[in-house]
Amino acid sequence: MPVDVLIVDDSAAIRKILQRVLAQANLGVGKVYEAADGREAMDAVKQQPVGLILSDINMPNMDGLQFLGELRSHDQWKHVPVLMISTEGSQTKVMEAVQLGAQGFVRKPFTADQIKEKLAGIL
Amino acid sequence: MPQELDQARMIAAIRHATGDVFSTMLGVEITSGEPYRQPCRPEPANGVIGLIGLTGKWTGTGSVTCTGDLARKISGQFLMSEFSSVDQEVLDAMGEITNMIIGNVKNALEEEAGPMGMSIPMVVFGHNFMAGTTHSTDWVVVPFACDGERLEVKACLSPQPDKPARRRPGCAPEG
Repeated sequence: MPVDVLIVDDSAAIRKILQRVLAQANLGVGKVYEAADGREAMDAVKQQPVGLILSDINMPNMDGLQFLGELRSHDQWKHVPVLMISTEGSQTKVMEAVQLGAQGFVRKPFTADQIKEKLAGIL
Repeated sequence: MPQELDQARMIAAIRHATGDVFSTMLGVEITSGEPYRQPCRPEPANGVIGLIGLTGKWTGTGSVTCTGDLARKISGQFLMSEFSSVDQEVLDAMGEITNMIIGNVKNALEEEAGPMGMSIPMVVFGHNFMAGTTHSTDWVVVPFACDGERLEVKACLSPQPDKPARRRPGCAPEG
Protein backbone atom coordinates (compact mmCIF):
# COMPACT_ATOMS: atom_id res chain seq x y z
CA MET A 1 0.00 0.00 0.00
CA PRO A 2 1.48 3.39 -0.95
CA VAL A 3 2.68 5.63 1.87
CA ASP A 4 1.53 9.27 1.87
CA VAL A 5 4.32 11.70 2.75
CA LEU A 6 4.47 15.19 4.27
CA ILE A 7 7.46 17.42 3.40
CA VAL A 8 8.07 20.26 5.88
CA ASP A 9 10.55 22.95 4.82
CA ASP A 10 10.32 26.75 4.58
CA SER A 11 12.16 26.59 1.24
CA ALA A 12 9.90 25.85 -1.73
CA ALA A 13 13.08 24.88 -3.62
CA ILE A 14 13.91 22.09 -1.16
CA ARG A 15 10.29 20.89 -1.15
CA LYS A 16 10.43 20.67 -4.95
CA ILE A 17 13.76 18.78 -4.90
CA LEU A 18 12.48 16.32 -2.28
CA GLN A 19 9.28 15.77 -4.30
CA ARG A 20 11.48 14.83 -7.25
CA VAL A 21 13.63 12.49 -5.14
CA LEU A 22 10.51 10.75 -3.80
CA ALA A 23 9.08 10.37 -7.30
CA GLN A 24 12.30 8.71 -8.48
CA ALA A 25 12.85 6.59 -5.37
CA ASN A 26 10.51 3.74 -6.26
CA LEU A 27 9.69 3.21 -2.59
CA GLY A 28 5.93 2.99 -2.85
CA VAL A 29 5.23 6.63 -2.08
CA GLY A 30 1.61 7.78 -2.57
CA LYS A 31 0.43 11.37 -2.23
CA VAL A 32 2.95 14.02 -1.19
CA TYR A 33 1.79 16.99 0.91
CA GLU A 34 3.79 20.11 1.74
CA ALA A 35 4.06 22.49 4.70
CA ALA A 36 6.28 25.56 5.09
CA ASP A 37 6.77 25.34 8.88
CA GLY A 38 5.89 23.25 11.92
CA ARG A 39 2.59 24.99 12.49
CA GLU A 40 1.41 24.31 8.93
CA ALA A 41 2.66 20.74 9.32
CA MET A 42 0.51 20.21 12.45
CA ASP A 43 -2.51 21.53 10.55
CA ALA A 44 -1.67 19.20 7.65
CA VAL A 45 -1.44 16.01 9.74
CA LYS A 46 -4.72 16.87 11.46
CA GLN A 47 -6.43 17.03 8.06
CA GLN A 48 -4.69 14.15 6.32
CA PRO A 49 -3.01 11.09 7.86
CA VAL A 50 0.48 10.46 6.50
CA GLY A 51 2.85 7.51 6.86
CA LEU A 52 6.13 9.44 6.65
CA ILE A 53 7.33 12.98 7.39
CA LEU A 54 10.49 14.67 6.07
CA SER A 55 11.21 17.82 8.09
CA ASP A 56 13.72 20.65 8.19
CA ILE A 57 14.76 22.10 11.59
CA ASN A 58 15.42 25.82 11.08
CA MET A 59 11.99 27.26 10.14
CA PRO A 60 9.90 30.26 11.19
CA ASN A 61 6.82 30.12 13.48
CA MET A 62 7.40 26.54 14.72
CA ASP A 63 10.78 24.92 14.03
CA GLY A 64 11.33 21.26 13.21
CA LEU A 65 12.24 20.19 16.74
CA GLN A 66 9.21 21.94 18.24
CA PHE A 67 7.07 20.28 15.57
CA LEU A 68 8.54 16.86 16.35
CA GLY A 69 7.92 17.36 20.08
CA GLU A 70 4.33 18.48 19.42
CA LEU A 71 3.74 15.56 17.05
CA ARG A 72 5.03 13.00 19.55
CA SER A 73 2.83 14.41 22.32
CA HIS A 74 -0.24 13.06 20.48
CA ASP A 75 -0.89 9.31 20.61
CA GLN A 76 -2.08 9.05 17.00
CA TRP A 77 1.21 10.45 15.61
CA LYS A 78 3.63 8.89 18.14
CA HIS A 79 4.87 6.32 15.66
CA VAL A 80 4.81 8.19 12.34
CA PRO A 81 8.40 7.94 11.03
CA VAL A 82 10.14 11.34 10.80
CA LEU A 83 13.36 11.96 8.87
CA MET A 84 15.04 15.26 9.70
CA ILE A 85 16.82 16.97 6.77
CA SER A 86 18.68 20.04 7.91
CA THR A 87 21.76 22.22 7.70
CA GLU A 88 21.94 22.01 11.50
CA GLY A 89 24.69 19.46 12.02
CA SER A 90 25.68 20.00 15.63
CA GLN A 91 25.71 16.91 17.82
CA THR A 92 23.34 18.65 20.24
CA LYS A 93 20.65 19.16 17.60
CA VAL A 94 21.03 15.64 16.20
CA MET A 95 20.76 14.16 19.71
CA GLU A 96 17.74 16.34 20.48
CA ALA A 97 16.03 15.16 17.29
CA VAL A 98 16.76 11.50 18.09
CA GLN A 99 15.55 11.90 21.68
CA LEU A 100 12.32 13.45 20.38
CA GLY A 101 11.81 10.37 18.20
CA ALA A 102 13.31 11.17 14.78
CA GLN A 103 14.08 7.98 12.84
CA GLY A 104 16.96 9.53 10.93
CA PHE A 105 18.95 12.65 10.18
CA VAL A 106 20.34 13.83 6.82
CA ARG A 107 22.52 16.91 6.64
CA LYS A 108 22.11 19.46 3.84
CA PRO A 109 23.60 19.52 1.26
CA PHE A 110 22.36 16.03 0.40
CA THR A 111 22.40 13.72 -2.60
CA ALA A 112 19.30 11.93 -3.84
CA ASP A 113 20.99 8.63 -2.97
CA GLN A 114 21.48 9.66 0.68
CA ILE A 115 17.76 10.39 1.00
CA LYS A 116 16.75 7.19 -0.80
CA GLU A 117 19.08 5.12 1.39
CA LYS A 118 17.63 6.57 4.60
CA LEU A 119 14.07 6.13 3.38
CA ALA A 120 14.71 2.53 2.36
CA GLY A 121 15.78 1.86 5.96
CA ILE A 122 12.69 3.55 7.39
CA LEU A 123 9.92 2.30 5.07
CA MET B 1 38.28 35.92 24.66
CA PRO B 2 40.05 36.77 21.37
CA GLN B 3 38.51 39.57 19.27
CA GLU B 4 38.62 37.49 16.09
CA LEU B 5 38.16 33.88 15.13
CA ASP B 6 41.02 32.08 13.42
CA GLN B 7 40.87 33.60 9.90
CA ALA B 8 42.50 30.62 8.18
CA ARG B 9 39.87 28.33 9.73
CA MET B 10 37.07 30.66 8.63
CA ILE B 11 38.37 30.80 5.05
CA ALA B 12 38.77 27.02 4.93
CA ALA B 13 35.22 26.59 6.29
CA ILE B 14 33.78 28.94 3.63
CA ARG B 15 35.71 27.21 0.83
CA HIS B 16 34.70 23.74 1.96
CA ALA B 17 31.01 24.57 2.57
CA THR B 18 30.61 26.45 -0.73
CA GLY B 19 32.38 23.76 -2.77
CA ASP B 20 30.33 21.05 -1.06
CA VAL B 21 26.97 22.77 -1.69
CA PHE B 22 27.79 23.47 -5.35
CA SER B 23 29.13 20.00 -6.13
CA THR B 24 26.44 18.09 -4.18
CA MET B 25 23.29 20.07 -4.95
CA LEU B 26 24.16 21.64 -8.31
CA GLY B 27 26.69 19.23 -9.78
CA VAL B 28 28.98 22.20 -10.44
CA GLU B 29 32.62 22.61 -9.44
CA ILE B 30 33.54 26.18 -8.54
CA THR B 31 36.97 27.71 -8.24
CA SER B 32 37.96 29.64 -5.13
CA GLY B 33 39.89 32.90 -5.55
CA GLU B 34 42.13 34.86 -3.19
CA PRO B 35 40.32 35.71 0.07
CA TYR B 36 40.52 39.22 1.48
CA ARG B 37 39.22 41.39 4.31
CA GLN B 38 36.66 44.11 3.71
CA PRO B 39 35.81 46.91 6.14
CA CYS B 40 32.31 46.63 7.56
CA ARG B 41 31.46 50.01 5.95
CA PRO B 42 28.65 49.34 3.45
CA GLU B 43 29.27 50.16 -0.21
CA PRO B 44 26.82 50.37 -3.13
CA ALA B 45 26.08 46.95 -4.61
CA ASN B 46 24.06 45.37 -7.42
CA GLY B 47 22.57 41.92 -7.80
CA VAL B 48 21.39 39.31 -5.33
CA ILE B 49 22.46 39.03 -1.71
CA GLY B 50 21.43 36.28 0.71
CA LEU B 51 21.95 37.14 4.39
CA ILE B 52 21.84 35.06 7.56
CA GLY B 53 22.37 36.23 11.14
CA LEU B 54 24.42 34.14 13.57
CA THR B 55 24.05 34.34 17.35
CA GLY B 56 25.81 32.83 20.34
CA LYS B 57 28.98 33.72 22.20
CA TRP B 58 30.02 35.04 18.80
CA THR B 59 27.50 36.99 16.75
CA GLY B 60 27.54 38.23 13.19
CA THR B 61 26.36 37.72 9.65
CA GLY B 62 27.07 35.45 6.71
CA SER B 63 26.21 36.36 3.14
CA VAL B 64 26.30 35.09 -0.43
CA THR B 65 26.32 37.66 -3.25
CA CYS B 66 26.29 37.39 -7.03
CA THR B 67 24.78 39.04 -10.09
CA GLY B 68 21.15 38.50 -10.99
CA ASP B 69 22.25 36.55 -14.09
CA LEU B 70 24.35 34.15 -12.03
CA ALA B 71 21.53 33.76 -9.48
CA ARG B 72 19.21 32.72 -12.35
CA LYS B 73 21.76 30.17 -13.61
CA ILE B 74 22.48 28.75 -10.12
CA SER B 75 18.75 28.46 -9.35
CA GLY B 76 18.13 26.83 -12.74
CA GLN B 77 20.79 24.22 -12.01
CA PHE B 78 19.48 23.72 -8.47
CA LEU B 79 15.87 23.20 -9.55
CA MET B 80 16.49 21.78 -13.04
CA SER B 81 14.46 24.63 -14.52
CA GLU B 82 15.08 27.75 -16.56
CA PHE B 83 14.48 31.22 -15.21
CA SER B 84 14.21 34.23 -17.49
CA SER B 85 14.19 36.71 -14.61
CA VAL B 86 15.00 36.93 -10.92
CA ASP B 87 11.60 35.93 -9.55
CA GLN B 88 10.32 34.55 -6.24
CA GLU B 89 11.57 31.03 -7.07
CA VAL B 90 15.08 32.34 -7.74
CA LEU B 91 15.07 34.33 -4.48
CA ASP B 92 13.86 31.23 -2.59
CA ALA B 93 16.54 29.04 -4.18
CA MET B 94 19.26 31.60 -3.38
CA GLY B 95 17.95 31.77 0.21
CA GLU B 96 18.30 28.01 0.55
CA ILE B 97 21.79 28.00 -1.00
CA THR B 98 22.80 30.76 1.44
CA ASN B 99 21.27 28.71 4.28
CA MET B 100 23.26 25.60 3.34
CA ILE B 101 26.57 27.42 2.82
CA ILE B 102 26.44 29.63 5.92
CA GLY B 103 24.89 26.82 7.98
CA ASN B 104 27.82 24.55 7.20
CA VAL B 105 30.31 27.36 7.86
CA LYS B 106 28.62 27.80 11.24
CA ASN B 107 28.85 24.04 11.94
CA ALA B 108 32.58 24.09 11.14
CA LEU B 109 33.24 27.15 13.34
CA GLU B 110 31.29 25.90 16.37
CA GLU B 111 34.29 23.95 17.63
CA GLU B 112 36.08 27.26 18.22
CA ALA B 113 33.15 29.65 18.64
CA GLY B 114 30.75 27.44 20.61
CA PRO B 115 27.13 26.68 19.67
CA MET B 116 25.51 29.29 17.44
CA GLY B 117 21.93 29.88 16.33
CA MET B 118 20.99 30.88 12.81
CA SER B 119 18.31 33.21 11.52
CA ILE B 120 16.01 32.43 8.61
CA PRO B 121 17.74 33.60 5.38
CA MET B 122 16.75 36.91 3.83
CA VAL B 123 17.39 37.57 0.13
CA VAL B 124 17.48 40.97 -1.59
CA PHE B 125 17.70 41.68 -5.33
CA GLY B 126 18.26 45.21 -6.56
CA HIS B 127 20.51 47.84 -8.00
CA ASN B 128 22.62 50.38 -6.16
CA PHE B 129 21.68 49.18 -2.67
CA MET B 130 23.78 48.98 0.48
CA ALA B 131 23.79 46.13 2.99
CA GLY B 132 25.52 46.71 6.30
CA THR B 133 25.75 45.32 9.81
CA THR B 134 26.16 46.99 13.19
CA HIS B 135 29.36 45.04 13.78
CA SER B 136 32.72 46.72 13.66
CA THR B 137 34.60 43.58 12.63
CA ASP B 138 35.86 43.32 9.04
CA TRP B 139 34.18 40.88 6.66
CA VAL B 140 36.20 37.88 5.58
CA VAL B 141 35.44 37.59 1.87
CA VAL B 142 36.09 34.51 -0.26
CA PRO B 143 35.45 35.04 -3.99
CA PHE B 144 34.56 32.15 -6.31
CA ALA B 145 34.47 31.87 -10.09
CA CYS B 146 31.32 30.19 -11.36
CA ASP B 147 30.33 29.96 -15.02
CA GLY B 148 32.61 32.90 -15.85
CA GLU B 149 31.03 35.10 -13.17
CA ARG B 150 31.90 36.05 -9.63
CA LEU B 151 30.19 34.86 -6.46
CA GLU B 152 31.28 36.03 -3.03
CA VAL B 153 30.76 34.35 0.32
CA LYS B 154 31.37 36.62 3.31
CA ALA B 155 31.26 36.27 7.06
CA CYS B 156 31.88 38.59 9.98
CA LEU B 157 31.77 37.43 13.58
CA SER B 158 32.65 39.28 16.74
CA PRO B 159 32.59 38.17 20.38
CA GLN B 160 29.41 38.96 22.28
CA PRO B 161 30.40 40.78 25.47
CA ASP B 162 29.29 39.04 28.67
CA LYS B 163 26.21 40.83 29.97
CA PRO B 164 26.23 41.71 33.68
CA ALA B 165 23.40 40.12 35.67
CA ARG B 166 20.36 42.42 35.64
CA ARG B 167 19.45 43.93 39.01
CA ARG B 168 15.86 44.73 39.77
CA PRO B 169 15.27 48.45 40.42
CA GLY B 170 15.27 49.27 44.09
CA CYS B 171 17.08 46.07 45.12
CA ALA B 172 20.32 46.39 46.97
CA PRO B 173 23.19 44.21 45.83
CA GLU B 174 23.60 41.04 47.84
CA GLY B 175 26.37 40.61 50.36
